[in-house]
Amino acid sequence: MIGFFASIDWSDIALATLDTLVMLAGSLALTIVIGLPLGVALFLTGARQVWANRVVHVSLSVVVNILRSLPFIILLIVLIPVTLALVGTSLGVAGAIVPLVAGAAPFFARLVETALREVDRNTIEAVQAMGATTRDLVLRALLPEALPGIIAAATVTAIALVSYTAMAGAVGAGGLGDLAIRYGYQRFQTDVMVVTVVLLVVLVQLLQMIGDRLVRHFSRR
Amino acid sequence: MISIQNVHKRFATGAAAALAGVDLEIRQGEVFGIIGRSGAGKSTLVRLLNGLESPSSGRVAVDGIDVAGLDAAGLRQLRRRVGMIFQNFGLLSSATAARNIAFPLRVAGLPAAAIAARVTELLGLVGLTEHSDKYPAQLSGGQKQRVGIARALATRPDVLLCDEATSALDPETTREVLSLIAALNRDLGLTIVLITHEMDVIRQVCDRVAVLQAGRVVEFGATADVVLDPQHPETRALLADAGEMAVEALDFPGRVVRFTMQGAAVATPVISRIARETGTDISVLDGRIGRLRDRPYGQLTLGLAGGDTDAALALLAQHGRVAA
Repeated sequence: MIGFFASIDWSDIALATLDTLVMLAGSLALTIVIGLPLGVALFLTGARQVWANRVVHVSLSVVVNILRSLPFIILLIVLIPVTLALVGTSLGVAGAIVPLVAGAAPFFARLVETALREVDRNTIEAVQAMGATTRDLVLRALLPEALPGIIAAATVTAIALVSYTAMAGAVGAGGLGDLAIRYGYQRFQTDVMVVTVVLLVVLVQLLQMIGDRLVRHFSRR
Repeated sequence: MISIQNVHKRFATGAAAALAGVDLEIRQGEVFGIIGRSGAGKSTLVRLLNGLESPSSGRVAVDGIDVAGLDAAGLRQLRRRVGMIFQNFGLLSSATAARNIAFPLRVAGLPAAAIAARVTELLGLVGLTEHSDKYPAQLSGGQKQRVGIARALATRPDVLLCDEATSALDPETTREVLSLIAALNRDLGLTIVLITHEMDVIRQVCDRVAVLQAGRVVEFGATADVVLDPQHPETRALLADAGEMAVEALDFPGRVVRFTMQGAAVATPVISRIARETGTDISVLDGRIGRLRDRPYGQLTLGLAGGDTDAALALLAQHGRVAA
């Protein structure tokens, strides 16, 4: 058993794990920063909502759907020129963030929109009837009410991002996925493959557990 | 206080108009009921009063202010003077009772100390002081509606709109909430507009009532007149739903009349005395004794046989209204 893992360079694994965590944290943060307002906008421009506007809603929807319908591996390649223009490189952790966010933010936005739709219609009306501005409605009512749903959405998105980072590894982003492909697949080092897979499984389990705890903590229903 | 003039409302999706020419005047300090079945347009009508809906045509004015003519800031200002409570309460499930009540005050930008003082006062007013830190999920339906009422009153409005406010509550809690509403009307001089599909609710608290059917007011007047002497078939149907009217007079061998009395007469032994004096046998075939707001009333379907029935009817007419 020990012998099976004897030839692994653990510093490589540590570095790859760190790269994956940095990619995940950076892309998740940016995904939330971009996806949350986008989700709120999708919700507010929907039918019978405060900013009900068919043209804007459909336009946002189409953009979100296009980004979501591209397989992530294709998005990675298609976005290379954009990434180059934005961060100067399409390689490494920095180069991976742009396609990761482009893939995850629309996904997260849709989940946020769905979470907001779960907010009781009566509550929204009551808030409006109290003389609240749209800003008050969003910040003091919609987001706090939908918080458990939004945290659950962020958890699902974070887990999707873990698998995206592994794919990003294929085009030179580094991280555990890169390690698995280079050593485990191309050099037939099954031991490295096993370790990276175990680490990814642990990471996903941890994310799900943290997410579930936070959801429970903020649920008042 | 509130004036609704020739209001029409048509939704983009609906085939029929939700409101088809409604005219109403609601007076300051009264409890005004609007009754109708689902789809009659009552929810739409009440939402015109705080601008949650706007009329397709016609005019809605609250205290002389044309609601449709207000800009966003003006509408927010108006909404602080018009409180509203809802069937499903519309509370923030993520906020405690106290935070829910504080919401309109925070939105209005009051200083924290003033908000805290007002919230304490309101919790006392609706009898929820010891529940201030509970979340809505920890409260009963009646308590949730009390939070809703306290929240609606936070900005000291002149008008309170009640949108089926008791429809989700059991009969006992309904009575409690309705007596709270009646007390607010009496003690604070609040003008209350209440919509419901239940005639019992109208009977318990309303001074005047409008019956709405298919977007039109089909009957309108003082509660006593509408409940005790309904003219329109829709009003009669709503009363029959509430068990208020005999559906069919029984097959009775003699004269059948409807006898209506109000006030002190209800507590006097009118029927037995008349039966004794005229030698007429009087059977109560159907009837109800109750209160319209605080005023007692009785409405009985009587069968008269034998003796001097004409004299008996004449005596009955001295104590109330007799109709065939």
